[in-house]
Amino acid sequence: MPTLNDIQRQISAVKKTRQITRAMNMVAASKLRGAQTRMEGFKPYAMKFREVLGNLASRIEPDIHPLLVKREEVSKIALLHFTSDRGLCGSFNSNLINKGKSFIKSMKNESKVTNLTIVGKKGNDYFKKRDYEITESHIQIYDQVDISFINQMTKGFIDRYLANEVDEVYMMYSSFINMGKQIPTLAKLVPVEPPKTKEDPSASGSAEYLYEPDPGDLLIELLPKHISVQILNAFLQNETSEHAARMASMDNASKNCNDLIDSLTLIFNKARQAAITADLMDIVGGAEALKKA
Amino acid sequence: MARLNLEVVTPEKIVVSEDIDTMVAPGSLGEFGILEGHAPFLTGIIPGELRYSLNDKAQYISVTSGFAEISNDKISVLVDAAEMSHEIDAERAAAARDRAQQRLADKSKKEDIDFLRAEIALKRALMRIKVSEKKV
Repeated sequence: MPTLNDIQRQISAVKKTRQITRAMNMVAASKLRGAQTRMEGFKPYAMKFREVLGNLASRIEPDIHPLLVKREEVSKIALLHFTSDRGLCGSFNSNLINKGKSFIKSMKNESKVTNLTIVGKKGNDYFKKRDYEITESHIQIYDQVDISFINQMTKGFIDRYLANEVDEVYMMYSSFINMGKQIPTLAKLVPVEPPKTKEDPSASGSAEYLYEPDPGDLLIELLPKHISVQILNAFLQNETSEHAARMASMDNASKNCNDLIDSLTLIFNKARQAAITADLMDIVGGAEALKKA
Repeated sequence: MARLNLEVVTPEKIVVSEDIDTMVAPGSLGEFGILEGHAPFLTGIIPGELRYSLNDKAQYISVTSGFAEISNDKISVLVDAAEMSHEIDAERAAAARDRAQQRLADKSKKEDIDFLRAEIALKRALMRIKVSEKKV
């Protein structure tokens, strides 16, 4: 039977926890706003880029560039795996890692080897301890990601692809659907599958484009950029998802703290009442005894 | 008055979105100008100065590499980074220039990859200084 003091101590401990989870919730909310703004700011660029590339790709032969050609025999795969640097964001990281693991396993069944490039401390911690091949790990980089960093990353993948070190490149990130929903998503980076234009190319064929330099050279410039755009998009979505997931899980934690405090308070009150009743019984009992004497 | 719609977009934000009369931009095969009624056109953009004018009032933007698409009197310029001339921090650009020059002066590292990067940084800094001097 816990004493009143014990219960009181427990209640204040839970209250302190609630204070922390509430603060983390608010921090995540403000970080989420930042990440979401960046994501929104990137959208026009990504959409316009997709449009232009799709337009260009629909007009030229698909085998003009090695990045577009599918390899017949695929034995080595590179996977760019996103996770977060910090925990306390619910099942965010475990969802990502589980999906990544099952992807690697299914590739293994087809006797394909997967090399990992990891973003985020959580993923690095997990995969490092186990039997996975890690080419590179990027830790604590979310707040210093810019286009030149991404371009460098893209160049690394393209170099490895052209040197036949890998035959396909995928990435695994959490795409941000809305505040309550973030889905681990697998996307293929290389070979590049150019986005399809919505309009029929023959219909827009009346507008014959001038290209400078010629379409092939332009494509050589645009394809690496296309990969960069996709990676940057994954970065931004993943970051936004992380903060949204943390916000939700911290909100949940605060709610659970409230429930816990309620039930502890109930126990405390019951115990207090029991103690008062016991005291009264003692006093009444004592008084009765004195009367008789 | 001729009307073209210009949009300069970077991964961070939309830098410019307005109606203009003319534009001159640094294409990968040389500078090119755009007037109303231009044929559909797609080209690479190299780091340099992009200028456009509305009612004879010129504006300058420093851009890095990217590409531009022109169709139906709509110009879309997609570049890694772009700054309006009045947004450029001239002091910072000058500091970057000095830093790059210093690194370039150290010839012992000529083979280093840093050398190439310093050269690019120097070019970028010089370009930004040049554009920033054209404040309107």
